Amino acid sequence: MPPGKAPAGALLRSVRTVFLKDWRSELRTRYAVSALLMFVVTTIAIILFSLGSEGASSDALDGMLWVVIFFAAMSGLSRTFVMEEERGTTLTLQLAAPPAAVFFGKLLFNLVLVTGINAVTVLLYALFINGFVIRTVSIFAVTVALGSIALAAASTIIAAIIARANTRGTLYPVLSFPIMLPLLLSVIEATRKASEGAFFAEAGGEFQLLISYIVVVVVSSSMLFEYIWKD
Amino acid sequence: MVLKITLGVLLTAVIVFGIGLPMSPHPQAWYELPVIPGLEEKARIIFFHVPTAWLSVIAFLTSMFYAIRYLRSRDLRNDIRSSAAAGLGLMFCILATLTGAVWAKFNWGSYWNWDPRETSIFVLLLIYGAYFSLRSAVEVQEKRATLSSAYSIIAAVTVPFFIFIMPRIMPGLHPGSKGDPEGAGPVIDFKMSPNMRVIFFASLIAFTLLFQWMFSLRVRAAEIEAHNQQRG
Amino acid sequence: MSGRVRLDGRELRREFDRRTVFRDVAFSVAAGETLLVTGRNGSGKSTLVRIICGVLTPSAGSVALESGAGRAADPHMYAGLVAPYLQMFEEFSPMENLGLGAGLRGMPFDARRAAGLLERVGLSGRLHDPVRTFSSGMKQRVKYAFALLHDPPLLVLDEPTANLDEEGIALARSVMAEQRQRGILVVATNDLADAAAYERSVDLDASR
Repeated sequence: MPPGKAPAGALLRSVRTVFLKDWRSELRTRYAVSALLMFVVTTIAIILFSLGSEGASSDALDGMLWVVIFFAAMSGLSRTFVMEEERGTTLTLQLAAPPAAVFFGKLLFNLVLVTGINAVTVLLYALFINGFVIRTVSIFAVTVALGSIALAAASTIIAAIIARANTRGTLYPVLSFPIMLPLLLSVIEATRKASEGAFFAEAGGEFQLLISYIVVVVVSSSMLFEYIWKD
Repeated sequence: MVLKITLGVLLTAVIVFGIGLPMSPHPQAWYELPVIPGLEEKARIIFFHVPTAWLSVIAFLTSMFYAIRYLRSRDLRNDIRSSAAAGLGLMFCILATLTGAVWAKFNWGSYWNWDPRETSIFVLLLIYGAYFSLRSAVEVQEKRATLSSAYSIIAAVTVPFFIFIMPRIMPGLHPGSKGDPEGAGPVIDFKMSPNMRVIFFASLIAFTLLFQWMFSLRVRAAEIEAHNQQRG
Repeated sequence: MSGRVRLDGRELRREFDRRTVFRDVAFSVAAGETLLVTGRNGSGKSTLVRIICGVLTPSAGSVALESGAGRAADPHMYAGLVAPYLQMFEEFSPMENLGLGAGLRGMPFDARRAAGLLERVGLSGRLHDPVRTFSSGMKQRVKYAFALLHDPPLLVLDEPTANLDEEGIALARSVMAEQRQRGILVVATNDLADAAAYERSVDLDASR
């Protein structure tokens, strides 16, 4: 009954299954989403209290948004792989699914998760942090979108590495930060341009960098993943 | 043996001439170095700071090269080389950061400014730190090798974004970036006289040989240790 | 097609932290034959099992799984595994687990067939309860269903009768007998009662 090698349609089905498994599992327990939401709310509250009545410069507020987003990502995006290790189902996935399907399925899951959380973060931040102003909304929207994709891409491969290392989460930000710096610098710079009211075309350099970063990271991670995944 | 002697002679020559040769505004004799406006005596650090920075990148690329070879072959000897190169890279990176900070203090007034090239060397330092943190977190040798190799490759892939792209986009203090205050320009290309260039390239070669020598020593030591471990 | 499947292992060696777990392990198994793997605890049975299933790379040597006519077979599609260390997705029900098993392999899911299989392994009353509520014996039965759903030409059983009551042991024996008709059976065990009939064997205690 089984063919020699799985054709492309089968691969897509595998990817979809990996994604839906994580998705349904999350829907049932709502563990990651609620923890992340609480994290974002708490962090923004802390920022509010520490700023007090003084407030901060527009530049600082722009940067701080991405600090919150980065640490929220660090809180939640390793779960997709760490959960398999904790439950002992890594072997099950290794056995039944091709490595590429596991990678892209979980990348997709992280993408949906981080985009959702970032949308909420941006909303809360804009609502509650006075002094945070966006004049060119188009730049900001594209920045958050590209930034989310780039975050998902970089964080998924690092999550795979630390999950296989069986370490506690503290290593996750340590490994992720150097990799993500080009991403962070670009989105912060683009956000500043959006705050200042620059024209959409002026952020072209940042967008180009983000897009090439995404391509490079996704391609190299997908090649590296098989080596990490299979012992 | 010959290598060691050559290296010793070369490095000594670089140090003596780099620090000792006098600078004058209109160099006449072969032993006089030109005065570069904006840098003057501080320019001497070029002979030492640039090679260490350069080497920390070379070491990183070497580490990545052996990381790729390890993933393909699963031969732990490649991992020994990868981590030996990384260890040297970390050392040179620290040296580059320190010499750079000293230069920055004398030239621009403060030890650190987040200029793009400064940021790049800092990021490299972070990558090395992360690499060794990861290695110390995994006890099983094969897994440690696989995961750290994968990490160094993915880090290497993002490094070009720093080294080449960011300094072009963002203005910086280093000679050669956009918005260079004194217009010192690419110092290496235009402002160095022939004799300065000789010393500079000699220094580059000397440091590279130094790296090569230290690398082979570390690899040999690690292989002996691994061999002993296997017996016992 | 399953009738022509072959499993060959050549000069297999696996090191762990520079210590050799086993070396020079070789076997050649044709369809209809059973390979018995024995060895003390810690001798590397589960390591060899993983290598055979294609989820672990040997330090040296090779394993070849052929689908007949010399074509290499993809272990994802060809192999099924039941082992104490293979966990099901416990937040899901047995039916959902089988659905995942098919989907992960990129295969369409035949729900009716899955239900029939679950009935055969004795789980008909609990088709839709999450597996985490099951006893260890019932979890073992889920694992059997999961392994058999895609009719694997290569079935690998590590401790086939672990956690099973008398009924379960009978189930395991009938599964093993069927697999001998269908393709290759690999049994890793120290319980000689499990090793009823075998044509090839590997003793890992002799391969250090």
